[in-house]
Amino acid sequence: MQALRHMFRSLFLLELFRGMRLTGRYLFARKITVQYPEERAPMSPRFRGIHALRRYANGEERCIACKLCEAVCPALAITIDSEQREDGTRRTTRYDIDLFKCIYCGFCEEACPVDSIVETRYYEYHFENRGEQIMTKEKLIAIGDKFEKQIAADRAADATYR
Amino acid sequence: MIELLIILAKIIVIVAPLLLAVAYLTFAERKIIGYMQGRIGPNRVGPRGWLQPIADALKLLFKEIIVPTNANRFLFVLAPILSIGPALAAWAVIPFDAHLVLANIDASLLYVLALTSVGVYGVIIAGWASNSKYAFLGAMRSAAQIVAYEIAMGFALVGVLMAAHSINLRDIVLAQSGGIVHWFWLPLLPLFLVYFISGVAETNRAPFDVAEGESEIVAGFHVEYSGMMFAVFFLAEYANIILISVLAALLFWGGWLSPFQGIPYLEGWFAVVPGTVWLLAKSAFFSFCFLWFRATFPRYRYDQIMRLGWKVFIPITIVWLVVLGIAIVSKVPPWFN
Repeated sequence: MQALRHMFRSLFLLELFRGMRLTGRYLFARKITVQYPEERAPMSPRFRGIHALRRYANGEERCIACKLCEAVCPALAITIDSEQREDGTRRTTRYDIDLFKCIYCGFCEEACPVDSIVETRYYEYHFENRGEQIMTKEKLIAIGDKFEKQIAADRAADATYR
Repeated sequence: MIELLIILAKIIVIVAPLLLAVAYLTFAERKIIGYMQGRIGPNRVGPRGWLQPIADALKLLFKEIIVPTNANRFLFVLAPILSIGPALAAWAVIPFDAHLVLANIDASLLYVLALTSVGVYGVIIAGWASNSKYAFLGAMRSAAQIVAYEIAMGFALVGVLMAAHSINLRDIVLAQSGGIVHWFWLPLLPLFLVYFISGVAETNRAPFDVAEGESEIVAGFHVEYSGMMFAVFFLAEYANIILISVLAALLFWGGWLSPFQGIPYLEGWFAVVPGTVWLLAKSAFFSFCFLWFRATFPRYRYDQIMRLGWKVFIPITIVWLVVLGIAIVSKVPPWFN
């Protein structure tokens, strides 16, 4: 009986017509395309885009070269060299992130005790020459200076969950 | 000399709109499938994307044509020509109206059937000449598929010529006059479905596109083709879609006949619409169905295609031919009296 019913349904194309009714309905359904440059999808404050190094309000850089981010990085994308400054504090002389190795997992941000290395919401970047994918300390601090307002707002919005 | 020019002009009058229709069928395909998937589809080139097919054509024109080192050069170049030639030549006998036909030959149905079958040689030669395993696999699949479905399609057309007492396309359409119930889709319903599904298989379209099968054998028979040679295969495929659609409209849906024939008042109101418009509207619907199928159905497995062709379609057509013969002999109204 089961086999007979199946034969009836497939021979008279009933299953196929049901499928076509579904796609036919979708032909007139609302379209969900986001037309990217003009429209943008909503973005979470936790979005993990390009990295930045932050400063304190007085202009002192936050990073204390503890190298926790270098240690936690699963892709070994971070390279840090450090030295002691004249005032006795330790600072980085070199802070490189290889964006070709980076997997944007956000572990560096979680590991950082002083909220120095962060991932911003900015994701529209590209490289045109070999070597440009290495984000040096200067580049990272420049990104941090540029987006500081949004970075601070995002951290504040997410603070209760951290 | 003048006569030759007139014939040439007639050919251009048919082929130029056909190629335009092919270009915009590709656009319609991307738009309609996009809509069925909840997307918008191409809308960047020109107003609402209407220049997209022209941009595509220009891109393909300027791309390099690569002939693989180990390919058979002569056959490799010949294959796309062999596949587009029949797709265009078949249009010579298509009647667009009772008197609008380039060549009103006696056996036009046989001519069309022969030409649509010749198209497969383009596919097979392309697969062979490329000297590539994926292309060869695609060609073999296509050959087996066409053999299976050609028979069912031929039987379906036998039903049509039995009902019409003619193998001239114009006479077949005229035999259907008398209103929407007199069209052959009703007495020949199983043959109509078999014909249309076989047509989908014949043109290697989804869900019968194992010859291309991009997820298994990359692009099948035209994997080694690039630039304009690839575009010619593309043109042939879409020209074949339109051809099968027009044939379905001619053979089963009354061609250029008005659907309101025999209905009081409505017949008079729509009398001003030229028959060609009806034919184009009907074939546009069938072309839309091709796109609809592609958006709906997943690809058949190879053994399922063979089972459907040999064990379902051929028995159905043979049974219906017997039923049809009995109906014709006993003069069943309203079709055969």
